[in-house]
Amino acid sequence: MTPLTPVITAHWDEPDLFTIEGYRRTGGYRALPKALGQDPDAIIATVKDTGLRGRGGAGFPTGLKWSFVPQNDDKPHYLVVNADESEPGACKDVPIMMANPHALLEGVIISSYAIRANHAFIYIRGEVPQAIRRVATAVREAEQAGLLGDDILGSGYSLHVTVHSGAGAYICGEETALLDSLEGRRGQPRLKPPFPATHGLYSAPTVVNNVETIANIPWIINNGVDWFRQFGTEKSPGFKVFSVSGHVRRPGLYEAPLGITMRELLDYAGGVVGGDGTVKFWIPGGSSVPMLTADHLDTPLTYEALAEAGTMLGTGTPMVFNSTVSVVKAVTRWLEFYKHESCGKCTPCREGTFWITGVLERFEHGAGSNADMDLLLEVCGNISGRSFCALGDAAATPYPGALKYFRGEFEDATHTPVDEVFPPAASYIFGEVATR
Amino acid sequence: MTMAPQSSTPVASTDLVTLTLDDIEVRVPKGTLVIRVAELMGIEIPRFCDHPLLDPVAACRMCLIEVEGQVKPQPACAVTVTEGMVVRTQRTSEMADHAQEGVMEFLLLNHPLDCPVCDKGGECPLQNQAMTAGRGTSRFEETKRTFPKPINMSAQILLDRERCVSCARCTRFAEQVAGDPMLELLERGAQQQVGVAADQPFDSYFSGNTIQICPVGALTSSLYRFRARPFDLVSTPTTCEHCASGCSLRTDVRRGVVTRRLAWDDADVNEEWNCDKGRFAFMYLNEGRLTHPLVREDGHLRPASWPEALDVAARGLAAARGRTAVLTGGRLTREDAYAYAKFTRIALDSDDIDFRTRVSSDEETSFLASSVAGRPLGPTYADLDIAPVVLLVGFEPEDESPIVHLRLRRAHRKNGVHIVSVSPVRTPGIDKIGATWWECLPGDEARVVASIAAGADSDVLAHLRTPGAVILAGERLAGVPGALSAVADLAASTGAALGWVPRRAGERGALDAGALAGLLPGGRPLDDASARQQVAAVWGVQASDLPRQPGRTVGSIIDALITDVRRSATGETRLIDALVIAGVDVSDDPRAGELLGALDEGPFLVALSTHHSDVTERADVVFPVAVVTEKAGAFTDWEGRIKPFSAAVRGTPHLPDGRVLAMLADVMDVPFGNGDVASLRAELDLLTPWTGPHPDAPTVAAPTAEAVGSTSARLGSWRLLLDRGRLQEGEPHLAATARATEALMSRGTAEALGVAGADVITVSTPSGAVTLPLRIADVVDGAIWAPMCSEGCDLLSIGAFHGATVRVTGGAS
Repeated sequence: MTPLTPVITAHWDEPDLFTIEGYRRTGGYRALPKALGQDPDAIIATVKDTGLRGRGGAGFPTGLKWSFVPQNDDKPHYLVVNADESEPGACKDVPIMMANPHALLEGVIISSYAIRANHAFIYIRGEVPQAIRRVATAVREAEQAGLLGDDILGSGYSLHVTVHSGAGAYICGEETALLDSLEGRRGQPRLKPPFPATHGLYSAPTVVNNVETIANIPWIINNGVDWFRQFGTEKSPGFKVFSVSGHVRRPGLYEAPLGITMRELLDYAGGVVGGDGTVKFWIPGGSSVPMLTADHLDTPLTYEALAEAGTMLGTGTPMVFNSTVSVVKAVTRWLEFYKHESCGKCTPCREGTFWITGVLERFEHGAGSNADMDLLLEVCGNISGRSFCALGDAAATPYPGALKYFRGEFEDATHTPVDEVFPPAASYIFGEVATR
Repeated sequence: MTMAPQSSTPVASTDLVTLTLDDIEVRVPKGTLVIRVAELMGIEIPRFCDHPLLDPVAACRMCLIEVEGQVKPQPACAVTVTEGMVVRTQRTSEMADHAQEGVMEFLLLNHPLDCPVCDKGGECPLQNQAMTAGRGTSRFEETKRTFPKPINMSAQILLDRERCVSCARCTRFAEQVAGDPMLELLERGAQQQVGVAADQPFDSYFSGNTIQICPVGALTSSLYRFRARPFDLVSTPTTCEHCASGCSLRTDVRRGVVTRRLAWDDADVNEEWNCDKGRFAFMYLNEGRLTHPLVREDGHLRPASWPEALDVAARGLAAARGRTAVLTGGRLTREDAYAYAKFTRIALDSDDIDFRTRVSSDEETSFLASSVAGRPLGPTYADLDIAPVVLLVGFEPEDESPIVHLRLRRAHRKNGVHIVSVSPVRTPGIDKIGATWWECLPGDEARVVASIAAGADSDVLAHLRTPGAVILAGERLAGVPGALSAVADLAASTGAALGWVPRRAGERGALDAGALAGLLPGGRPLDDASARQQVAAVWGVQASDLPRQPGRTVGSIIDALITDVRRSATGETRLIDALVIAGVDVSDDPRAGELLGALDEGPFLVALSTHHSDVTERADVVFPVAVVTEKAGAFTDWEGRIKPFSAAVRGTPHLPDGRVLAMLADVMDVPFGNGDVASLRAELDLLTPWTGPHPDAPTVAAPTAEAVGSTSARLGSWRLLLDRGRLQEGEPHLAATARATEALMSRGTAEALGVAGADVITVSTPSGAVTLPLRIADVVDGAIWAPMCSEGCDLLSIGAFHGATVRVTGGAS
């Protein structure tokens, strides 16, 4: 069994880890002086060598992203931390910010130093004011400790950090929409090119990274490339904070090397709860990736293996569903989410999510048809690859995956309301979920 | 289909890339968008959000095409060509065709398909492209999204949200082109809709353009909504008669009535935009028209036949030969203005003619003669695009020549052109064109311009000396002694191109046609022997028959008429026995009251007019003449560009001024020609250009600065684009989008005058007072700004105009 590897989550049982003292006591802020003593390019090279891939969903190599930022231009550079975690099923960035905000901050300082930014922004989802308060407090503490501000630790390097609250839009997790929102505009994705690396925030070179990605950085600096690469696989190096949720006995965060299987994670999480005790279907990383079934529980959770299985690692936040759950209903709820969150900019996503949701709601009431099943596939095909940003592609994902494995349920939904086959009450779990 | 403006400059072959589009190899300039390449090749890719004059947004996804090597279809409106690129449109690519069909199906899901009751039906890009790229039937069985309809974006602009396809053309136009970002997309997903803030309607001077570029029927105007079907309209390309911008328009006529006007394409002038005045202010054409000649009998005007009226007028004018003056106004076509110029000189034996019935001066007369009249084209709009600096003096483009404003905004946005505005107020327009505000107390323009010439800002001066620099002088400088002299001097000393931007469409044409005392057609000085020869030859008269001395300009004409009141009373000979007045709104003149009073007392008055007015009431003979849409002609814009047009409404009984003058000349037995547009134009063309000398520029010194008392301020003023102008009558929705009538002052000035706490203030002169709301704004200290001719603020009626010193007190009068 693959062992868990708590790194970011290592000291989360310390009650004051979120304070600067608590973080320091557990070894925090030791990477920073080490990094400030290095050439920024050396840090970029290190991160490149680790093969760290973005933990926000797309899995783009972080070091490569940093290296796209033009150097020696006379524009300001910015680091923007994407803390707008809103993916259905994803709950890892908010816990990181709550439990260990200084790890994020230390990563922010080192990353900003590497890309030669003197101002960093942390864009936090507006629905989690606790996390906003906690990170803002951590920024204040770091400023008072001379870890932020002018001439950090006497290095001559200056960095100011702004904590910014989102206003409740899933689209603002898309990096260019996030930048528009951060600039005070309505959050909608921007036309690319130009890319943020050259024309990002305020049209200046900008790196946008996920919270977890940045939180990796202090440990990479402290322990080096080889240490990092001992975890995971060649193409998916490192460890990952997996947030396991759904019908499991112990939902929560499990930090493990990439390449661990869902079966192993399920074991850590105490197995499936409710229903007939088996996994009916699961999604590896948020609703934006296609679902898998019990047949895929031994697929390694890596970028490459999941791609081969026809899905994606996404945010690495598996959701598990037991036998009581209607696939039709789950897909309908997801599509309602995408319909609600579609920004409206492009036609396929705006109109397509509206259409799919309407048809799915008919299925839910037992009023779908066989023709509708094909129609939905075609509509998803007309969204996928034609929408402006990945939100549309994501919205076109759940239905085809569901149809692939559970066509029979859609066929049933052409004559019988879903609630009659899958009574919602059967899915509820009372009193069975254990605490750790 | 809108075509992108074509650059006339040849492209170096190294800047070309080769690509293959639908199996055809073409070479196009680097950086060209694929959709533009297809247009150039005559291949139409369907599109909604794309517009050549707006930044790409790639939102509608209608123009998806296949680019070899890319797994996903790409938006042709946002992909630039690269060397060796292989592109396939819907004509040769299954992928592109399927993608477009899918997007079209999406667009129609929530569209109401209410084409039979939609204004756009019949000229709708969605309708057309649904036919070419869409499915025959819908597969959508769910309930369409609906909205209450329509809602007001402004008094004029209405929105039917369920028709909108969220292409963002209107919002991008408002933000990018007009600089009035009051329209914005609100909400998200299928609920996304165009909207305005509750307290800020879309009162942009350019709002109507959004209707025209809307690719569906979502935006409509209060004026045109439900008035016509496109296929009932007869369309004619015309030229706007309002300001001197020279916009090409399309005038749509339904059963003989002008029903709609659109901006028409002229890449050199208005691109494809116009202002709301040009678009919506045409109701005057249809209402309150004079229909018959009128003759005064026993003190009352009565309808008369044309022969009778011509006879009465001809006898009256013949009796007053040599003592007759002519006021033509600034709204005639160049051909009609030319007819007056010729008629005055050969039928009336007079040189007392002026097209200005507004604030004017001898200095302006001599400035126009030396620096404007008969000069070739330029500076031009295109010059503004690339000028090292554009200096605006006494000229507020957004109000006084809106297309100059749009061009300057584009020059600023796209090319970073340095613009400086010498103005008493930091107006919204100054900010929209990114201009530097050079503070100038009203009336001090001459001194400020002289200081620029003396190097007050070395950057500005250096830029003015760089080839391509442009100085634009506005109409109000006519009322500031020394200002036009200083401007001409600055242009001469720096080499900058000098443009004069009058407010009315006909002024430049009238000037070039010779409708100004001392100037024969083509800017020929009356006192130049060879100029007289040339004109006499074309007119078929002897040079010695032309007036010998430069005659009276408008100021002297009015002086003479006022003097005549006294002279008549004392039995002296009148200076002016007869007056011919064309379509003149005398209230534009600061001495309108005195002029009307003088007209009551006696000169034989012949009016050629389209509508009843203060002048026709006093006339002895009134001839009804054609409005601009009923005749062919041309306007000369501020650049000197001649913009000809033909009649949009045919078959009305109204004759153009030139024909009436010809008939009058015929009755007076003066050989004039038949006065039709073609012959007038041909004569005028013979007299263009004038290659002889022009008189010297004026050298009027600025008077010493007059101290302003503790209860007074210097008045800055001009006409807002939308105001009480007579050509805007009959269109309440347009009037409702006008800017508020208010006085502007700096806080310092308001405090110094003791009115800082006042909600309203009173501006007074010895002739009267107006009371206005006060707003504190960026105004040069010591000045107050108020609109010249807005609702509740007719400054000319109290004898106040730009540069005057007025008394300012708190509260109502």
